[in-house]
Amino acid sequence: MNYENQEFFAPGHGMCAGCAAPIVVKWVLKLAGPNTIVVNATGCLEVATTPYPRTAWRVPWIHVAFENAAAVASGVEAAARAKGEKLNIIAFGGDGGTADIGFQALSGMVERGHNVLYVLYDNEAYMNTGIQRSSATPWGAWTTTSKVGRANPIGELRPKKPIARIIAAHNASYVATANPAIFNDFKKKVEKALQTEGAKFLHVLSSCTTGWRHDPSKTVEIMRLATDTGIFPLYEIENGDIENMRITYKPKEFKPVEEYLKMQGRFRHLLKNPEYVKKLQEDVNAWWEKYGHHYKK
Amino acid sequence: MEVITRGGVITEPGNSVENKTGSWRVFKPVINYEKCIRCLICWRYCPEPSILKIDDEETKMNTPAPKEAMKRLPVVKIDYDYCKGCGICYNECPVHAIDFVREER
Repeated sequence: MNYENQEFFAPGHGMCAGCAAPIVVKWVLKLAGPNTIVVNATGCLEVATTPYPRTAWRVPWIHVAFENAAAVASGVEAAARAKGEKLNIIAFGGDGGTADIGFQALSGMVERGHNVLYVLYDNEAYMNTGIQRSSATPWGAWTTTSKVGRANPIGELRPKKPIARIIAAHNASYVATANPAIFNDFKKKVEKALQTEGAKFLHVLSSCTTGWRHDPSKTVEIMRLATDTGIFPLYEIENGDIENMRITYKPKEFKPVEEYLKMQGRFRHLLKNPEYVKKLQEDVNAWWEKYGHHYKK
Repeated sequence: MEVITRGGVITEPGNSVENKTGSWRVFKPVINYEKCIRCLICWRYCPEPSILKIDDEETKMNTPAPKEAMKRLPVVKIDYDYCKGCGICYNECPVHAIDFVREER
């Protein structure tokens, strides 16, 4: 049954104009259908979609705390299994609730092999509480806790945590990075994850107009540039087989990283020094040099 | 007086539709049906979602289209009750069929 024409995520929610997270959520739900239970970690998505007594969710939904979305999803899955019910159990978490605070619960969920799809919508900082850096914040990004000034002209000094590869190393059934701006690839991966048995993890890029500092209308354009410049590569790893990871999408021609940087206020300071832009370009080139051969048409 | 439900349970799915977020809008997308090729890219990317896909024969045939053959395809319509005016549809439209104009109230 195809539910693409139905909306399981209702309008009237409080997510910012131009936020990409609802695009991710609405499509995951459309592809999963009504036979779904959603578990939500604390974050923008949870706060803005369910201010009591209103909810934007048209499927059963539960929020417990910041750190335990994966643990709650594990319990929901175990209960469904005990009752013999076939359900899609989907957990949504931001980068803070997934790569930092919810990491141990997620690690446990994947290690135990619960039949859950965990979707990380990654906006690369704690946007809900006021743009604090997380382990998913990329090198060079301005946040309110990686401030840019005379003492630190760069901003965030640590590279982005490779969370998808870390979860794949738990031997998860299916792990993929995805980008809603590269839509066919994104859709294929959500469908594949929903059809796979066991613990599944999708790392989905999700632009934040407030924290990335860009015009709301540019959301999808900027996310597309993240992949077209090679900064956010799209790949999938099955059953923990990292050696045989598959890069599923490669732009015909890579765009210079500068095009991605110059559209966002959080990177504006980097453009003042060509050395910084050069460093980021070299990092991207090095990634593709190392892993580019994993691309299969 | 409204009593808080046990566990803060909300029993009515999707009741956020009572929040008319259209009041957030500063700029307003307006579809120019003479240009719209009905590709549904705006419908795909609307984060609200406030772009509706209308599939009934009457609307499809009675809405103008750049080519007669396109009238077989579903029509998109903006629900201004909820559109926050982010402009993603205007930015992504491949044929520039969406104008983005200042909201007048």
